[in-house]
Amino acid sequence: MTDFLEVKDLTMRFGGLVAVDSLSFKVAHGSIHGLIGPNGAGKTTTFNMISGFYTPTSGQVLLRGEDISGLQMHEVARRGVVRTFQHSTLFAELTVLENALVGTHMPFRPNIFAAIIGWDKEDRSGAEARAKEALEFFGLDHVMHERAGDLSHGHQRALGMAVAYASHPDVVLLDEPFTGMNPEETRQMMDLMERLKADGITILIVEHDMQAIMGLCDNITCMSFGKFLAEGGPHEIRNHPAVIEAYLGGARHVA
Amino acid sequence: MPKFLIWIAALAALIALPHGLSFSQQEILVFLTINVLLVASYRLLTLTGEWSLGHVVIMGVGAYSSALLTKKLGVYVPVSMLLGGVFAALIAVLLSFPLFRMKGFYFLIGSFAAGEIIRLLWKRFRDPFGGAKGIKGIDPMPDFSVGFYQFDFFEPTSYYYFAGVVVAVCLWILWRIEKSPVGLTFHAVHWQDKLAQASGVNVRAYRTLAFAIASGFAGISGALLAHYVGTINPNAFDIDLMVFVLTWAIVGGTATFYGPILGCVVLTVINEVVLRELGLEQMRPLIYGAIMILSILFLPNGLESIVQKFTQRRASNGAPERSPAE
Repeated sequence: MTDFLEVKDLTMRFGGLVAVDSLSFKVAHGSIHGLIGPNGAGKTTTFNMISGFYTPTSGQVLLRGEDISGLQMHEVARRGVVRTFQHSTLFAELTVLENALVGTHMPFRPNIFAAIIGWDKEDRSGAEARAKEALEFFGLDHVMHERAGDLSHGHQRALGMAVAYASHPDVVLLDEPFTGMNPEETRQMMDLMERLKADGITILIVEHDMQAIMGLCDNITCMSFGKFLAEGGPHEIRNHPAVIEAYLGGARHVA
Repeated sequence: MPKFLIWIAALAALIALPHGLSFSQQEILVFLTINVLLVASYRLLTLTGEWSLGHVVIMGVGAYSSALLTKKLGVYVPVSMLLGGVFAALIAVLLSFPLFRMKGFYFLIGSFAAGEIIRLLWKRFRDPFGGAKGIKGIDPMPDFSVGFYQFDFFEPTSYYYFAGVVVAVCLWILWRIEKSPVGLTFHAVHWQDKLAQASGVNVRAYRTLAFAIASGFAGISGALLAHYVGTINPNAFDIDLMVFVLTWAIVGGTATFYGPILGCVVLTVINEVVLRELGLEQMRPLIYGAIMILSILFLPNGLESIVQKFTQRRASNGAPERSPAE
């Protein structure tokens, strides 16, 4: 396992507030890495900086040694780092298949002139095959022609991951994928992530659901009030005094 | 096969149509044909979720550039029409730099301001734009013959056929774009630009692309107008016409390709046939306003929703209806 994605001294200030304060951690290739911390710890801000949604105030995000901080979101995506969003951010008005087809934008870049003349048949069928493959992977092929906005919550979350998966990503950033799921759905989602990992995809998760995180992650970074707190395997993190202290009060309910 | 026959019948009807009309009605038919292209090109822009108030001025850019190219440089008219479209698209690309820093309502107002600036430039500079009086004596389309039919462009019927073919080709291109992966990306940019961006879509580039294509076809429609009427001036492309374009698009509905075209045709027929017969054409803004309010209240999805109701019943597939919220 080599260092694949590295966050180095990443800092984000909103006015006087330091949301993330010189955070550093490394994500190994092919692993599932968790980013946890109490509410307001700056997890999502970190996430947004890695994915290019925010430009960090200072610090670097290195992908295979290349600094990708400050790039626009689509440029980060084109380098293989694809994110999902909190809640069900989907193209609600489009069908499930169309959602997945948008996900194939990168491997099958549309060309307007070829599209007018009709010379892009191969690309179109390729994109459709890939989209269907992604939907099948997440068990959504039976709802292919439904409107995405009409799907159940669990299916919508799965579709969000299918859209990301359709683009052949190297790294998937999952923003709270287990929110609002019942234990059964959580278990199914964990299976899917294991399968993504088996596919060679590196996963970085921001999550509140400790049970899922502990059962899934190879490595966990814990942060609190924007600062690095601890890092290690699930067992170490569970018993780390600083982590327990940070969660104190909520610890019994969260864990 | 029956679908094929319907197309043939529609084509025959369109060819026969001007022969049953009076001279002035034939002229209106030419304008209607040009407006169909204008409103259909406007829909391509709305696919990305942006509504512009500068579309008619962009149409004017096509008209002015085509007129000037023929007058000053002696460019062959059909070529200058095409160049007018290209020029309108280029202006749109330039305008996109300031305008696409804005979204939604701000873009709407920004596009209006940009359009007014262009219009004021036409008024201010006598040379080459001719000031407030505009350009007169624009070269007409040269007559030509295709063997079985002699095009005489003094006749509106001839120009109707010519414009009809041009518009049909343009509509076909617009339709191909909309049904392509590029069109899907436009929809994606509209509904969730953040997710589209996370999928690697350069949102800004796609907004600009839609704006440029829409403007290009609007420019061609402007050029068609200029070489038919023979005279253009800044007031021909003012906000009044823009309001009509918006009305056609909203009354027709913008969820389908044919919606705005339907709106344009139906409202023009109501306006020219019904109102003129009743002698009410002075009240046109009032009646257009009333139609717009009524259609928003009772037909929130536009005239196209009526057509969809019938076609869906015939197709009898249980496709879920789209939600009324645009």
